[in-house]
Amino acid sequence: MTFSKILIANRGEIACRVIRTAQRLGLQSVAVFSDADRNSLHVRMADEAIHIGPAAALQSYLRKDRIIEAAKQTNAQAIHPGYGFLSENYEFSTMCKENNLIFIGPPPNAIRDMGIKNLSKIIMHDANVPVIFGYHGDDQSDDTLINEAKKIGYPIMIKAVRGGGGKGMRIALNEGEFLDKLNGAKSEARKSFNDDAVLLEKFIQRPRHVEVQVFGDMHKNYVYLFERDCSVQRRHQKIIEEAPAPGLDWSIRKKLGEAAVKAARAVNYVGAGTVEFIMDENHDFFFMEMNTRLQVEHPITEMITGTDLVEWQIKVAQGEVLPLKQDSIKLNGHAFEARIYAEEPENEFMPGSGLLTYLRTPPTGEDGKIRVETGVVEGDEVSVHYDPMIAKLVAWSTNRTSALQKLRHALQQYYIGGLKTNIPFLMSLCDNKQFQMGNVHTDFIKENKDALFHIQQITPTIAVAAASAFINAQQQIKYNTGSSFRPNFLQKQFLTLIYDNKNYQFQIERINSSKLNITYENKTYPVEIRSSNDELILLIDGHQFRCRIHIDGDTCTFYSNVSRSSFDFKLQSPSFLAQLATSGMGGGAIGGLATSGDPIAPMPGLIDKILVQEGTHVTQGQPLLIMTAMKMEHVIKASKNGTVAKVNVAVGKVVKKGDILLTYVADEKKQ
Amino acid sequence: KRTPLGRLQYYRSLSSSVNNYNQLPTTCDPQSDIYKSNYEAMTKTVEELKTITKRITLGGAAEARERHTSKNKLLVRDRIDKLLDPNTPFLEFSQLAGYLLYDDEDVPAAGLITGIGQIEGRECVIVANDATVKGGTYYPVTVKKQVRAQEIARENRLPCVYLVDSGGANLPRQADVFPDKEHFGRTFYNEATMSALGIPQIAVVMGSCTAGGAYVPAMADQSIIVRRQGTIFLAGPPLVKAATGEVVSAEELGGGDLHCRQSGVTDYYAMDDAHALHLTRRIVANLNYIKPQQVLMKPSVEPLYPADELYGIIGDNLKRVYDVREVIARIVDGSEFDEFKKLYGETLVTGFAHIHGYPVGILGNNGVLFSESALKGAHFIELCSQLKIPLLFLQNITGFMVGRDAEAGGIAKNGAKLVTAVACTQVPKITVIIGGSYGAGNYGMAGRSYSPRFLYMWPNARISVMGGEQAAQVLTQITAEQRKRQGKKFTAEEEQSIREPILRKYDYEGSPYFSSARLWDDGVIDPLDTRLVLALSLSAALNAPIPETRFGIFRM
Repeated sequence: MTFSKILIANRGEIACRVIRTAQRLGLQSVAVFSDADRNSLHVRMADEAIHIGPAAALQSYLRKDRIIEAAKQTNAQAIHPGYGFLSENYEFSTMCKENNLIFIGPPPNAIRDMGIKNLSKIIMHDANVPVIFGYHGDDQSDDTLINEAKKIGYPIMIKAVRGGGGKGMRIALNEGEFLDKLNGAKSEARKSFNDDAVLLEKFIQRPRHVEVQVFGDMHKNYVYLFERDCSVQRRHQKIIEEAPAPGLDWSIRKKLGEAAVKAARAVNYVGAGTVEFIMDENHDFFFMEMNTRLQVEHPITEMITGTDLVEWQIKVAQGEVLPLKQDSIKLNGHAFEARIYAEEPENEFMPGSGLLTYLRTPPTGEDGKIRVETGVVEGDEVSVHYDPMIAKLVAWSTNRTSALQKLRHALQQYYIGGLKTNIPFLMSLCDNKQFQMGNVHTDFIKENKDALFHIQQITPTIAVAAASAFINAQQQIKYNTGSSFRPNFLQKQFLTLIYDNKNYQFQIERINSSKLNITYENKTYPVEIRSSNDELILLIDGHQFRCRIHIDGDTCTFYSNVSRSSFDFKLQSPSFLAQLATSGMGGGAIGGLATSGDPIAPMPGLIDKILVQEGTHVTQGQPLLIMTAMKMEHVIKASKNGTVAKVNVAVGKVVKKGDILLTYVADEKKQ
Repeated sequence: KRTPLGRLQYYRSLSSSVNNYNQLPTTCDPQSDIYKSNYEAMTKTVEELKTITKRITLGGAAEARERHTSKNKLLVRDRIDKLLDPNTPFLEFSQLAGYLLYDDEDVPAAGLITGIGQIEGRECVIVANDATVKGGTYYPVTVKKQVRAQEIARENRLPCVYLVDSGGANLPRQADVFPDKEHFGRTFYNEATMSALGIPQIAVVMGSCTAGGAYVPAMADQSIIVRRQGTIFLAGPPLVKAATGEVVSAEELGGGDLHCRQSGVTDYYAMDDAHALHLTRRIVANLNYIKPQQVLMKPSVEPLYPADELYGIIGDNLKRVYDVREVIARIVDGSEFDEFKKLYGETLVTGFAHIHGYPVGILGNNGVLFSESALKGAHFIELCSQLKIPLLFLQNITGFMVGRDAEAGGIAKNGAKLVTAVACTQVPKITVIIGGSYGAGNYGMAGRSYSPRFLYMWPNARISVMGGEQAAQVLTQITAEQRKRQGKKFTAEEEQSIREPILRKYDYEGSPYFSSARLWDDGVIDPLDTRLVLALSLSAALNAPIPETRFGIFRM
């Protein structure tokens, strides 16, 4: 059952992650890639790589046949599916089996059974794992509903079937008030939706999402590797995870782990799996679902248990017994994972995409206690075709507080330019008192909105620092000598940076290559540039701090360790560029042919086409006529906005140089 | 016994100590009272200079500047900043030109900014009108400043960029502007003849170019005009109306569209100042020029001693003697100075050094010139001419030695040898007047008449045919002898009435401000900037190939 070559049916950071372990174990790795990933990191890291189709996942990473074919072509004996894509696909795992390929994951049946929500709950219930059932039945009689409520257990949430926005929703804390609340919900539902059908669910106030990492082998051994808390979510997706869950007693932790093992055993689970629970304020927990794959957030479990779960997966897939028995698995310290996404948190976490024009990752330290799991490098693209996750940043320390501090510090040193990321949001999450105390639950972001989303203002120090960094970066420009010496006076330089449609104006006096005076909003700040490598150390008005700048075209991104956000300043481009672009004078940086007033024939020739007629409104630069002269085609363009008054020529007519071809009335200048 | 490696290290250490022995020592004591009083006095002198230049560098009156910028035009110094490579020096000349020159009229910088700056890596001479000063019209000193800038361009083979924004000759002063050899016409003569020598002439029309001014772009190799802002015509609308009755707007008569589309007087059409300056940079980038390599450069090393100690060494009393080596030590790379003929003719210090890596032969005064000093100087200049090493004169000289012994020793012919050597040498000469510049000493030490490529003054310097005291004494003595011949009495009051005005006059006219206002030099500089100014000057000078020198007859 051993194998020496594995194919990774995935992309991005997880593909890189698997390849790294494969390399460490001496296995050959095969990557697959779509058109969009031709130059991606995972392709470059692998020993071999097979192209499997166009960018769209449906036509590439989800094409089971192509992936099986790729494995056969490269003689790979096993397939690691990563997470997402085909990782929990029953058919795919079956196909692997049929093609004599080892699927690094659980047996097909486990995937299938856990994939069906109701079935999985019944299986778990039968195995004595606590489960939440609800009542979604058609029988709406009071007796039935009271009975069902009793079965579920109080408190109960009564929800209108067609409900929304909290209408037709009531919470009954005990049986005594159930009928009252039921009637209230029904009458409101009737009024609002003209339908009083309700459903019942267990009400869990401020629920937490706690999940347990489990592992099984082919010899019926099962272990749990403790739990992770993934409560803080946005758009129902995790954003920051930690292990172990904060504030849990060891007795609860053990109960959780054992429940998860029970769940795994119930489906004859093999390999890495995650059992997700919902946990209430009393630390009572209920089975939600089981994920039959390696999770995104698996590294935090690795950090607190000192394991490599991909290595475990590979070993188990080769038929080995689990490397550790339950009592040798020790929980050590605390770990956080922050997911860095291309997205705009202040715009409802809208996912983004684009080029990573600048990318600097935090130092991982010699102890490896900071991990950066990423599949991209500077210059790569975050494509619209896939998940916009850029990286996972993992920090470990001996306790929760210091691990969080480490994470915050590492986030501060993660510099990404070219697109908007959630790094500032993650930092403000780290700075949040409630989060620091471990008071997490699934509505955390909604409840702490005001504290989490305060927009970073540009302070004078930040503005002056950005200007200094820009001036310093300018020193890289060709021919720059770094000295703007003027006899007997200091050169005054003016700089305008634009942020959020606001102009920030600076007057700069350069004393020498490392000392400046910057006047901003009527105050002059002495600035000293103390170090100017990739990172800049500035001393502004007695305050020393670090910053970076990245200039890409007319965007100048400024980062500093005194602000959470980076700031994308725009440079003011010379106004003549815009004028040239609209004057029809473009072409040839040194200045082309201009036409002022009415269009005239540039040389004797023949009118070939007339593209406008009397009354046509034309905009500056719009082609008006085409004439041929000396075997060449000449496009005559409008020099300004206006309306054609008269066309003086006809197609086929020969014109002399300087003939006025048409006249038009220019638009009145807008006041 | 030394291993081969050990021996190598030994020789290296030996050679490094040998290399260091030419570092100049200093006797400067910043704790001494004299240092402190000197420092204070010099600080005040430099502050006065900077106060005056600060006002001058603003340009014309506030209203004039306001009017200028309201028309979307850049101020002249902002134009230059945009024209030059970012964060590069601009060696501006003669900021004090016209200072207190026209009694009731204030003409900051003579209404014309000139200097050497770097465009696309190429050193160029910039000549830029300041339209906020009397409409950019040419006063006599304005013409002189432009002609001098062109001379610098010609001697050092530097392209000329003219940023034109001028109403032409200052009509009330036409007699001192128009007719003479070195007057307005000379500027066009220069454009033509420099162009003939292959020195590019580029004109940027950013305002009026009327009458004679029209020839600036017309004579240029390449010219740019800013639309609806630049105009070029031989006669403006008022004159046209007077002459022919034709009524025409300035734009129709000589605007950018006319000259770029019809007349062909200008070659490039710019949207605004910034565009024009961008086009200028492109033109310079396309000049296809390689600067000749003609000297052996060394890496630049800062001097061992802080430059500001110069303040404490020099002071404001020209009669106080100090060793010129203290100045050299604060100007040259690593304070290293290989002195030539150190023990001979000691009142003239000569030797080799580097400034920001450029090799230079230095002559500095340590007192009155004797026959030996003059001979030594002539020898040293001959040497540098042979080796093609540029010369630096640090001038602080009361003159040649006088008296029977000196005359008998042939001071006149020996002085003449020095003057001949200074006059004939073909290597670039740069002169800095760091103290007094009196009489024939000025000639022997490459004064203005000896065409140094650049001549700068320190603000404490004095220049006149002789000291005020000496002049007063000579004049009172002559009067006294006259009276004696006539048998009349010469009272102490009479003597005082002759003495006083002479002293006042010499004091006033000997001032660097008086000198610089008349363009007897290329600028008054802060001693702290000397090293950089010299480096920039040397770099500029080395654009021209150094020819072989042929000296005139040395009277033996």
